[in-house]
Amino acid sequence: MIDSTQLWIVILGLGAGSFALRFSFLGIIGKRPLPEWVLRHLRYTAVAVLPGLIAPLVLWPAATGGEPDPARLTAAAVTLLIGITTRNVLAAIFGGAIALYGMMYLLA
Amino acid sequence: MASASSKSAFWKGFKDGAPFLLVVGPFGVLFGVVATEAGLNITETMAFSIMVIAGAAQFTAIQLMVDEAPTLIVLATALAVNLRMAMYSAALTPHLGSAPLWQRACIAYFTVDQSYAVSAAQFEKTPDWTLSQKIAYFFGAVTPVCPMWYVVTWIGAYAGTAIPPEFALDFAIPITFLAIIAPLLRTLPHVLACATSVILALSFAWVPYNLGLLIAALGAMMVGAQAELMLSKKVKP
Repeated sequence: MIDSTQLWIVILGLGAGSFALRFSFLGIIGKRPLPEWVLRHLRYTAVAVLPGLIAPLVLWPAATGGEPDPARLTAAAVTLLIGITTRNVLAAIFGGAIALYGMMYLLA
Repeated sequence: MASASSKSAFWKGFKDGAPFLLVVGPFGVLFGVVATEAGLNITETMAFSIMVIAGAAQFTAIQLMVDEAPTLIVLATALAVNLRMAMYSAALTPHLGSAPLWQRACIAYFTVDQSYAVSAAQFEKTPDWTLSQKIAYFFGAVTPVCPMWYVVTWIGAYAGTAIPPEFALDFAIPITFLAIIAPLLRTLPHVLACATSVILALSFAWVPYNLGLLIAALGAMMVGAQAELMLSKKVKP
């Protein structure tokens, strides 16, 4: 269970921090350009954070007590495959969900 | 004349933003469901979507709090997910930077993946647009997307209480994130950064306070940036 004080600190802190990031250049730095090396690193933030966040959830899901689970592994693979081939986020989500429920039904 | 052209710029933005409803709708419902599953009530779930208005960071924060990570780690990691907003801010500044401060504050709040993406593309195409046309276009793109984000979060939060555990909703976050990541793997540096992130996150999973993820993210960003640099040097020596 999430502690309610922690939750509100995170909501307010993340709200303020996200606004600061969005306002940073537009509001304060103005028209001065960013150094190229900073921009180069910022381009990779999404692919640097999100895969690391979910890798343990895919391999060691809490719902199965941390044991690798064929249904979840298949769903992950299908999602990734559809996402790479179609470049369509929604198609990948639906494909992954169908694979997950299909495998859970077959293995049950 | 100026107001007429601003009006048409607004509706052009609205038309360009509207297709994103297909992505934002299910994604927001999912956030409402996942937040409710994690034990958040409606007020807390809505506060999240209204204050933060950034899906991936919201999912990240919820997941880390469920994992009982310390508050500072939750904030640092979720803000790392949102670092791209600083890049968006930098990219929009040449076009919208001379707007009055209160308008820039509103633009900053509504700077999300979708409004940035369509605006950056449009402003490239029509550099001769006036400031008021560009602002009108930006808010046109925001109008279908952002209010809907609040509405669908609310729907998800209500629906979430009714969904039993057999539906394996624990896997909603991994599937959603995989679906977001896959189309981003367009260049070799992106693929290398992604692989680094996975390998480092798994190898440093033992580090306390979920610090392993921050280590992995920093390492992956450096690998991506370095790979890009080396590839560009190869192309034009």
